[in-house]
Amino acid sequence: MTEEIVHIDEKSFTFSDAVVAVGGIDTSYCYQCGKCATGCPVAYEMDLTPTQLIHAIQLGLKDLVYNSKTMWLCAACQTCSTRCPQDVDIAEVLDTVKILMQRDKKKPQLPNVLKFNKRFMGNLKWFGRLYELGMIAMLKLSTRKFTQDMGMGMKMLKKRKFSIWPRFKGGWAVRKILRRVKKQEKA
Amino acid sequence: MKYAYYPGCSLHSTGQEFDKSLLAVCEKLGVELVELEKWVCCGSTAAHNLSKVAATALPMANLALMPKMGLDEVVVPCAECFSKLKIAQHNCKTDKKLKRDVVEAIHKDCNDDAKVIHPLSIFAEEPLISRIPALVEKNLSGLKVVCYYGCLLTRPPKITQFDIAEYPETMDNVLRATGITTLDWDHKTICCGASFALSKPDIVVNLSHKIIEDAKEVGADAIAVACPMCHANLDTRQDDMEKEYGVHPQMPVLYFTQLMGYSFGMTPEELLLDKHLTDVSSLIEKANAPVEEEASPEEEEATSFQFDGHH
Repeated sequence: MTEEIVHIDEKSFTFSDAVVAVGGIDTSYCYQCGKCATGCPVAYEMDLTPTQLIHAIQLGLKDLVYNSKTMWLCAACQTCSTRCPQDVDIAEVLDTVKILMQRDKKKPQLPNVLKFNKRFMGNLKWFGRLYELGMIAMLKLSTRKFTQDMGMGMKMLKKRKFSIWPRFKGGWAVRKILRRVKKQEKA
Repeated sequence: MKYAYYPGCSLHSTGQEFDKSLLAVCEKLGVELVELEKWVCCGSTAAHNLSKVAATALPMANLALMPKMGLDEVVVPCAECFSKLKIAQHNCKTDKKLKRDVVEAIHKDCNDDAKVIHPLSIFAEEPLISRIPALVEKNLSGLKVVCYYGCLLTRPPKITQFDIAEYPETMDNVLRATGITTLDWDHKTICCGASFALSKPDIVVNLSHKIIEDAKEVGADAIAVACPMCHANLDTRQDDMEKEYGVHPQMPVLYFTQLMGYSFGMTPEELLLDKHLTDVSSLIEKANAPVEEEASPEEEEATSFQFDGHH
């Protein structure tokens, strides 16, 4: 964590207010007990623990939050939200920060996680149901990690775990839904 | 018994063993599953990172297909889909603005009263739980299995309302009804890293390895799962675990429906047991070995931890 004096004024709350407005979660209930950090299976990889990240949101330290890896490392396992004695849905807060970052056009510390999410949704717009091989190919093209998981992928292909060809079932429906959602968000 | 059925993307692809074995087991038990017509993806691990409305609209678009079929209960075997459908319903019920946006996005009514059920819940309750023992054709009491529930069946409990969040027993009860011995262990609900399967596999290898290590430590012959993502991580990453930690875990990972089907006398081919990357032949050998009568009923009782308190 940084060691510097934090000045708190009225503006400090605009960030936590944005989290309430977009995600519907009020972080002010958190009193930093640390239970979320203790149970988090991925905390060992994080720069700020979930507890510290929530504290930073309370203090309005937007840059500190946006430059953190923490929300991009969240596996969405919901352990923190389940165990929070104050009923703060921490996992939802982390999702909200990711959504806010994209609205503010901020680059994530772990770009591959965002790329995966975007390729996933892009795939749905075409096929309606996830066409796994297609998504993996697109992900490889954008992350340039061609050799990663090659052996496993080949084994899975040999066992015919994937369907080789896509089926176009409901791509149109998903595309329409996502287009309407985008329109709402712009309004 | 007739339910709508939402298989989800994985069960038509990498998790096809789950789909096939579930349908076979349901047929034996007299449960009819009618697949939703024109279902689409629930948004899974991606949508909730990008937009709350999209992450709610995709599940609700699927539930909106049900009234036309005249069914108000839907069986959802994939834990990820199960959780996404339940969360979407909950969010629509508690957030009026979100509900309005969702209705506008899907151009259909919000079916937030539909009952979303995991197959384990039907199997574990009457009348099906009592039908199970009569269907057993193969004695699998020699098999020791740990049940892995993963994250999303039980969490967050106020939404999923599935068993006790920190120490569920539903899958254990279903498998015990077939005669299989299930063991107590620590990793029933500890995350395997599912959503990072492709974007950050090092996390998956680490977390899944801990789960398999614990299963080995308590002496399990196999891990039973109820989620295609848990299955993919635990089954397909064992070669990577060997590279990282030096020893190949050689731990068979099966869907609970495959174990049920096997005890009902179905063949490994019918249950697609050969689709798994980690070899299950050791398990089949053990299942077919003559059962030694060593464990007395009292001993078995002592190993099955009874969790009767509420959290």
